[in-house]
This record gives sequence, C-alpha cells and structure tokens, in this order.
Amino acid sequence: MEYFQTSVISNICISEDIFVMVVGRNGAPASAGQFFMLRATGSALTLLRPISIFKAEADTLHFMYRIIGKGTRELSTLRAGDTVSLLGALGTGYPIDKMSGKVALVGGGLGIPPLCETAKELTAKGVQVDVYLGYRDDLFAVEEFEPHSRDIFVSTEKGEEGYRGFVTDLLKPEGYDAVFTCGPEIMMRKVAAMCAATKVPCWCSMEHRMACGIGACLGCSVRTAEGMKRVCKDGPVFPSNIIFPNK
Amino acid sequence: MNLGTTLLGIHFKNPIIAASGTFGFGDEYNELYDVSCLGGISSKGLTLHPKDGNEGIRVYETPSGMMNSVGLQNPGVEAFIQEGIAKMRRFDTVLIANMGGHSMEDYVTGAEMLSKADIDILELNISCPNVKSGGMAFGLKAEVAQEVVSAVRNVCSKPLMVKLSPNAENIVEMALACESAGADALSLVNTFQAMAIDVHQRKPVFNNVYAGLSGAAIRPIALRMVHSVCKNVHVPVVGMGGIYTAEDILSFIMAGATAVQIGTINFTNPLAGKELVTALEALCQREGIQDINEIRGII
Repeated sequence: MEYFQTSVISNICISEDIFVMVVGRNGAPASAGQFFMLRATGSALTLLRPISIFKAEADTLHFMYRIIGKGTRELSTLRAGDTVSLLGALGTGYPIDKMSGKVALVGGGLGIPPLCETAKELTAKGVQVDVYLGYRDDLFAVEEFEPHSRDIFVSTEKGEEGYRGFVTDLLKPEGYDAVFTCGPEIMMRKVAAMCAATKVPCWCSMEHRMACGIGACLGCSVRTAEGMKRVCKDGPVFPSNIIFPNK
Repeated sequence: MNLGTTLLGIHFKNPIIAASGTFGFGDEYNELYDVSCLGGISSKGLTLHPKDGNEGIRVYETPSGMMNSVGLQNPGVEAFIQEGIAKMRRFDTVLIANMGGHSMEDYVTGAEMLSKADIDILELNISCPNVKSGGMAFGLKAEVAQEVVSAVRNVCSKPLMVKLSPNAENIVEMALACESAGADALSLVNTFQAMAIDVHQRKPVFNNVYAGLSGAAIRPIALRMVHSVCKNVHVPVVGMGGIYTAEDILSFIMAGATAVQIGTINFTNPLAGKELVTALEALCQREGIQDINEIRGII
C-alpha cells in the first residue's frame, strides 16, 4: 500500500457516463480485485473515492468508473497532465493463486471492469477463463476480455446485443472449478445461490462507501456469517458463503 | 524549538493526537507511516460489550466535511484489554483509551476495567451522537454528565479526560459540571448532530436519520467552543474539530488548548499525522515560537 501523487495520462469518456482514466503507476503494487482510493490533488472534497483496478500494466493503472456523484464527477473532469492522489492497492482481491482448471467470471454493469484484470491474471497462471458479462443496454470493455478468455457470453436487458435477459440465465456453474462475480448485489446473490446449489466455490466483490480505505474507520463494515467485516480491508472480495450466508 | 507538552503529568512529544474513531488502534495507519511520531493516539471508541455498529450508510461526503454514523462498532473493553492495548503499545506514543456507554453501569464497569489496564489516559465519551440511549444522552444536560463523570471518577485511578459534545445545551456549563465532577481534562468537540436526505429515494441518507458532522465545516464553531471553555475551566483542554493544517493547530492552542486531536483530515490525506508534525515545527520556526507552550491561551 502506497500513498502517492501521479499524473493523469488520459481520461476518456467511453460511453454516456462511463470513463477510463489511465495514470502513472509509480511502482505501486496491485492485483486483481483490489482497488485504489482516488482524489484529484488539490480537490476541495473531503473523501477519496474507491475505484477498482480495471487494468494494471507495467507503468500504468487503468480505472473504469461511472459518474454517480460529486467525487466521480470531479474525477471525470481531470485531463492529461493533471495530478491525482492515489492510495493503494487496497483490500483483499480474488484468490488467483489458489485457482486451477476452469473459472467463470460473472460481471454486471460497472462490476465488469475489475474482472478484466482478474481474467488477465488467471490466464497468465494457466487457468481457463470464461467470461459472462451482463449489460443494461450499451456494451463496453468486451474486447478487453478477448486476449484473456476462452469464451465470452454477453447479455443485455433490452436484447439489442447478445442474449436478451440476465447474464445469470447463461451461467451453468457446474462446469467450473470456481466462479468469481462482481456487480449489482441482486446479481451476485443469484450467482452465489446457483453456485451453492451446485457446490461450486464462489467469490463476490462488494462495493461500499468508504472513508479511510485501509480498515481503520469502520465506515464500510458489512454483516457476514463471520461477524462484521470491512469491505476495504477484509474484502472487497469475500467467499459467497460468508457474505451471502442465507442463499 | 520545542513542540513537547505535558498533559495530565504525561509528556507528549508534540500536541498532535489522532482522534478516536478515525484511526482504529493505529496499526492500519502505521503501514503508511511510523505513527510513533504522533503525540498520542485515542483508540476507537470502546463500549463495555462488543458492538456491531449501525446498519446502512455510515460515511457521507458533505460540503467541507463529512458525516458519519458508524455507531461505535468495537470489540468491547475486554477484547481491547486482551489485544488492542498490545497493538497500541508497539507505538512510542501516549495511549488514550476512548470509551462510551449505554448506561451508568456500563460506564462504571468499563472504566473500572480500563483503570486496571495498561493505558495512559481514559477519554470518557459522553458525546457520541450515533447510538441510541447512550453516549450523547449523557452529554447534553450538565447534571446528567456530572452524575456519570462522578461515578466514573470514583472507580478510575487513571487520568480522566471527558470528551464533550457540541450538542450540549450549554458547552461552558457542561465543561464546568464535568470539571467539578472530577474530570482531569476535557476534550472537545465531538461531531455536530446533522442530517442528510437522499431526494431521489426520498429517504434520509442514514438509517438513524441523524449523524455526526465533522471536518473543516465545523472548525470555526469548534474553535469558539474551545476558547470559551478554556476561559472558564482550570483543567487542561484538548481541542478538536476540523483541524487540517498547522495554522489550525496553532489557532486551537492560542485559544487555550493544551493539545489537539485530528480526525477527518486522516481520510483526506492519509499521511496527515506525520505531515502535520513537520508542518507545525516549520510554522513555529517561521513565527518565531521557541516553545509551543508559550503561545497557549494568548487569545
């Protein structure tokens, strides 16, 4: 974990309200499923914002985010050459090292970006990766998964591209050694339930408002089967039977 | 150039203390910098029994500050004594145990246990706005506060600092009541009770409806309260409320505070503790202050 100032290399709108920001990595550690806290240097805002790692390259970090409030709106105004403060990488990511065989990645909406780095790291380890991506309407980042996956399944709620319906309709967990999911809680609960029914281990990545990002303030605690857990430190990735014990 | 100060007979290497609830037990921030550089650390707010804290949103950005409704999630006094103290003792800094309560009995039992443990100061929290029937309930009316402070004083052999709520009916009367009940020092202010509404969902942001406001937004009011309390009590005062810079620290000390606590700024800048120590030293040098203690209460 490092706290450092770095330069924005690019910050591009890829869809109506979705941006990809690329910044200098400055040698910071980063692995799949972890996140950074970001804040424009000199910003008047009080809190840094947690954003997942979309891609960690040798010299750059890529963050894909949607404008949902003041913090992300301010990030979207940054331009190449602006300075941004980063704290990270933070949290417990996906258990890449424990994986072998075949793993399914199931993402919904802005839960999709962190699965890109995850697909890359799994593939590099020799794990066979299938990707299930659920969108409301417009697709994004699908091509980013192509080098790091065997099959890509796409669904949209309106059905203009890919399967019409929910991405969980496409998933058959029994064909996999593990399932990693990230996205809306309702989707992850469904994935967790399907995995529980077929006895396939499943990990879910949670999203939460945070203040410190390092486990000190308890602003992001969630109730789990093992008591209160900090999304920022104990998570954001949790085994599904811990985070959704009733499903 | 001396930043060292003595509070309750204990030497602080500088007047900067990490505020309760923003700093855990110090170990997370110690991964970012050596927290032994701080004058002291006030522990996460403890209660006699473990607490899970509040459901729903717990932290929320506001103009020049933030609101929180963590609800005193903590492992309880016993677990703190068994594990938390050892964590904090790894750091060469003054160890302050912050404790709130839900009832007179909880306060007294918890204080009795902590009094026998290896802590330097007990900071009694009668000011948490985020738990029902506790904390702040004791910190609004001077006569209720007096009762709980007296009861704790009777069982507490450690230096006793009482943390006041700015929501008290009258902050000076509250301070005087705590002093007369045996408080060795006072710390103020805790967060201001505040509110936010999510207009899209047509619901309060926080499940408890009200939450505690902190950060720069409260600083001028906190400074006024610290000043007026310092003018009226004889015990030392630890000031806090939106302290972000070395200038803010000097303001609170000029207003009469012996030391200060920093809270919200730890979130905005995770290295704030370390950087403020350096910045305070540089500021004092620029201002020709040889000893931080010479400018205390000059206003």
